[in-house]
Amino acid sequence: MEYFLELVFSGLTRGSIYALIALGYTMVYGIIGLINFAHGEIYMIGAFTALIIATVLNMYGLPLPAVLILAAIAAIVWSAAYGFTVERVAYRPLRGAPRLSPLISAIGMSIFLQNYVMLAQTPNFLPFPTLIPEPAFLEPIASMVGTTDLTILLVTTVVMVLLTLLIKFTRTGKAMRATSQDRTMAFLVGVNVDTVISITFVIGSSLAAIGGVLIASHIGQINFYIGFIAGIKAFTAAVLGGIGSIPGAVLGSFVLGLTESFATGYVSSAYEDVFAFSLLVLILIFRPAGLLGKASIEKV
Amino acid sequence: MNVITIKNFRNALVTALWFMFLTFPIMVIKVNTTENLIVWRWHNLLYVGATAFTASLLTALYRQYRDRKRSQQQQEEGTSRVSWNERFFNTPAIARPVCALGALFFLVFPLLFSTYQVNIMTTALMYVVLGLGLNIVVGVAGLLNLGYVAFYAVGAYTYALLNMHYGVGFWVALPLGGIMAALFGILLGFPVLRLRGDYLAIVTLGFGEIILLVLKNWSEFSQGPGGISNISRPGLFNIQLSMEATLNYQYYLTIAMVLLTIFVINRLQNSRIGRALFALREDEIACQAMGIDKTTIKLTAFALGATWAGLAGVFFAAKNAYINPDSFTFLESAMILCIVVLGGMGSILGVIIGALVLILLPEYLRAFSDYRMLAFGAILVSMMIFRPQGIVANIRQSYRSSKDGAP
Repeated sequence: MEYFLELVFSGLTRGSIYALIALGYTMVYGIIGLINFAHGEIYMIGAFTALIIATVLNMYGLPLPAVLILAAIAAIVWSAAYGFTVERVAYRPLRGAPRLSPLISAIGMSIFLQNYVMLAQTPNFLPFPTLIPEPAFLEPIASMVGTTDLTILLVTTVVMVLLTLLIKFTRTGKAMRATSQDRTMAFLVGVNVDTVISITFVIGSSLAAIGGVLIASHIGQINFYIGFIAGIKAFTAAVLGGIGSIPGAVLGSFVLGLTESFATGYVSSAYEDVFAFSLLVLILIFRPAGLLGKASIEKV
Repeated sequence: MNVITIKNFRNALVTALWFMFLTFPIMVIKVNTTENLIVWRWHNLLYVGATAFTASLLTALYRQYRDRKRSQQQQEEGTSRVSWNERFFNTPAIARPVCALGALFFLVFPLLFSTYQVNIMTTALMYVVLGLGLNIVVGVAGLLNLGYVAFYAVGAYTYALLNMHYGVGFWVALPLGGIMAALFGILLGFPVLRLRGDYLAIVTLGFGEIILLVLKNWSEFSQGPGGISNISRPGLFNIQLSMEATLNYQYYLTIAMVLLTIFVINRLQNSRIGRALFALREDEIACQAMGIDKTTIKLTAFALGATWAGLAGVFFAAKNAYINPDSFTFLESAMILCIVVLGGMGSILGVIIGALVLILLPEYLRAFSDYRMLAFGAILVSMMIFRPQGIVANIRQSYRSSKDGAP
């Protein structure tokens, strides 16, 4: 039973991280219909920025909570800046180009960012500093669920609520929903589509950065390649839930996280990624619109 | 006239400052978390700023040039534009001697250069075959396949395993490798080809990773990360060849393979299937409305592309006499995709040039080999933005009515 609960918690933790990344995919896809392959790299850059800033601040002897908050803010700021720049450089010039062009450009950007971090920093794994303390009162359940797991679950929940409020009740959220329904029509009624797209990239990247900081402190080490696999899996989660749908992305992420956790716990850990991809293929065969997505009919 | 205005200058300055801010943590600070050392590399900031400034100015100049060219074209409406390669192929007086010289060069290549060079050239030619195969899928049919290297792996492992367990020779394994890869292509394509193109990209990517993971972890089957060694080289009527002769023999075999590929693809493009594939790339719905079965034609393209990858895989295993899973990572897929995109999607000559440039250049610029993948990424992005048709644009066969008396 304890093993089962341990797997449930580890599945939920994974699911939360996937959710934070998958939201970026699904939002961008909802608005411009592009798989942003470079999104995983944004997440990786977030983790790297946090690591660098945290190490520097540690050297200057700042207290731990301050380091944690400043590093997380830096990660969000720079990830958002990277997301914004990637959209401006690699996707905006290709609006209206054939479908394949932005997709290839996105893959190019992903390869570029990976190698940029590898060359500028290091190809090896870097240990991530311990930023989240282990308080004593959690001792009894520490074998099943660590403080980082709880932090991840808590932060993800808060972020999800904030995001839902933003999209449902603010002007920006309304503009985003309008743009994703019909870009031309939104433009005609006075929505600044370019700004909305930029905002979407910034929000998606910030979420990915939060995910990056959390997973890095959970696993304890990072390298330039973590974004690639995490990106594919988060995308799988987004497709699983129905791409373009925000609750779908969250649901899909938890399904994927739990599936992976049980599969590695009860079957074999060597094939962890195989389970994720097989799940993706199965979903695409039997329910291509995803769990919560609506099947769309293309009109001509 | 190209002029750099104050506005361009200001924009460039803003861009430079933005990129300096953007790259600050990653480029300037380098941390060593084990020894708590921090290295500040302020000079990098200068390089980034200068590069961004220049790039911004160059882009502005390019835009001016492009706009001017467009307005010129609008004025001279009616005269159709002829690309340089179209002119080249339509002038036999130039095209024939150039092609003959090129053919002669490749024919006598082993006599002129050392075995080391021959070996590199063989590798480059193998990438030509791979590029041409992927070109059917991406360039002609417009299906983005990011796990192409998986089919390459299937071919290579088919030969390696058959050779290890049953002693099957190269010539028997060659068609088998192709067939196996095609079967895998159909197996993978069947569930996903009914879906939108973007899903295909991600599923093929996942498929490539699955194949790689299986090869790495299922040791009883594939011998794991250690790989398979002592694979027989291609035979020539049981004649014992010296090392150098073997290399030359492999070189000519690859040349033959390239020629066969070019022949098949050239015939394919003007066939019924080829035209259906072009139609599919341009507009799926219109293509279906014309009575083409979308799923069948997509599967055909997918299987055809996979077949060439399988054949190239058998060649690869035979040439190196040793394979392991590390040769079949996503980076290989990315490289082959880069060859197709750089050369020109759908264009045979383009893919050949692309493969030779991208494989031979890094070999001779060893000092920059670390930056190879960085350059690949940058090439993919900038080709899409500035020249989506690639170095050599594809020439589509066109028919013109002769109403106005022109031939």
